[in-house]
Amino acid sequence: MRTKSYSYWLFLAPVLIALALVVVVPMLLGVYYSFTSWNGIVTGDFVGFENYINVFKDERFMDALWFTVKFSVVSVIMINVIGLSLALLVTSHVKSSKLLRTVFFMPNLIGGLILGFIWQFIFIKVFAAIGEIIGMESLQGWLSTTNTGFWGLTILMSWQMAGYIMVIYIAYLEGMPKELLEASAIDGATSVQRFRFVVFPLVAPAFTVSMFLTLSNTFKLYDQNLSLTGGGPYNSTEMVAMEIFQTAFTQNVFAYAQAKAVIFFVIVALVALIQVYINKRREVEM
Amino acid sequence: MKRKWNVKMEIIGLVLAVLWLVPFYLMFVNSFKTKREIFTSTIALPGLWNLENYIEAYEELDFLRTLFNSLFITITSVLLIVLFSAMGAYALSRAKSKFSSVFFYLFVAAMLIPFQSVMIPLVTVFGRFEMLNQAGLIFMYIGFGASLSIFLYHGALNNISRSLDEAATIDGANRWQVFWHIIFPMLKPITVTVAILNIIWIWNDYLLPSLVINQPGKETIPLKMFFFFGEYTKQWHLAMAGLTLAIVPVIIFYFFAQRAIIKGVSDGAIK
Repeated sequence: MRTKSYSYWLFLAPVLIALALVVVVPMLLGVYYSFTSWNGIVTGDFVGFENYINVFKDERFMDALWFTVKFSVVSVIMINVIGLSLALLVTSHVKSSKLLRTVFFMPNLIGGLILGFIWQFIFIKVFAAIGEIIGMESLQGWLSTTNTGFWGLTILMSWQMAGYIMVIYIAYLEGMPKELLEASAIDGATSVQRFRFVVFPLVAPAFTVSMFLTLSNTFKLYDQNLSLTGGGPYNSTEMVAMEIFQTAFTQNVFAYAQAKAVIFFVIVALVALIQVYINKRREVEM
Repeated sequence: MKRKWNVKMEIIGLVLAVLWLVPFYLMFVNSFKTKREIFTSTIALPGLWNLENYIEAYEELDFLRTLFNSLFITITSVLLIVLFSAMGAYALSRAKSKFSSVFFYLFVAAMLIPFQSVMIPLVTVFGRFEMLNQAGLIFMYIGFGASLSIFLYHGALNNISRSLDEAATIDGANRWQVFWHIIFPMLKPITVTVAILNIIWIWNDYLLPSLVINQPGKETIPLKMFFFFGEYTKQWHLAMAGLTLAIVPVIIFYFFAQRAIIKGVSDGAIK
């Protein structure tokens, strides 16, 4: 097939047009609008970096960004630790391996919105009921404080995503040459040593993939945030994606919201590029 | 060499599995309780397996219509994504040129863009052209879904020898025939992966449909969930029944396509 041929363009046209109109044009328009006083109808004046300067003075946005960073770091660690543990568990000669995989993976198929609602019930009603039975004050009033909202979100995300990350680790663990493990066992390595010196280096690429997926999923989180805490109390558990939505569609300051959206893109893209760079460097070393 | 059955791990695993299912258990048992019973006994089984909540939730959700809307949007979008992405990736993989690599990297780069970054202009532009409807939504899904799908198809196509294309062309087949009769059937494994990843995403998507088709009679399942979670009133008993109804189709899908789903998700992440 040649790029000059008629069929080349015919095959490519549908996806190219869709990508252009849905992603490329809105992205370029968005960057342009972020430098204006656009209100959704009228483009307005060119205001230079005014919107951007205001974003960095915007306490609500900076709080949301900081909350998002804290939430992402804690969640990424929890999800990966739990996910890897589950993967090691189900690949360790257990008879119920298939059943366990099915169960641990299940939450990933259900939408974040629905999962958030289920956990809202658990944190508010069930935690309170358990607290009453065993006499633990700290189980009352979950999601009504910033702290319990934070941990509520991390618990929900760990429960949901650990099974997903487990599946990725399993793929690498099962691709590992069995002889290596057996040889090290015969040589007298303990299970801790086997993990540290044999398994760990071999699943290193899985870490890169899992870190990237968990980081990008937690950093861009919206649905679970909306249905579990709704950003409350007093917007203190609001994450960046939700803050941008509120600025745009509740406060209706479009150009300003768009400046936040561009900053959000830059952060996400930078993190992803750093990730790819580290990944490539490691591949070269190996 | 066969190693011993690991009893300790088996027990830990089963305990964890039970723990993992507790949220679903709680949702399920409370879906049968009355409003009052939820307050007095939250953890125990219901006194009566009463279906009233389900009847009311079913009506409030307009369940059959909502289910149909979700199915219609998901199936149509996924079919078109598979069709167009496979075609697009075929063109990109068979015509090696500057154009092709620029387009390929454009698709890959688009994966980096978070939805929120294009959301506001997207909705205003489509709104101006009266495209905030089901057709507009499906078109948007093609645009957002194309990147990953093209990427996966492109990888698979590079593993299929071009000599096949050439042989078929010599035998008199045109591009269209070569693609549909020879190449596309060979792509079946990756088609399953592409379809599954897109089904899971589109079926559960909330934000995009909330901006595009949030009008009476057009709602998909996630949009309807807000009915039970109003600003001031929470009807837990109805909510639990509604959430259970919403999850049932997914569980059925998982039951029948479990192996393909786990393989698809894992392949999609690693490749």
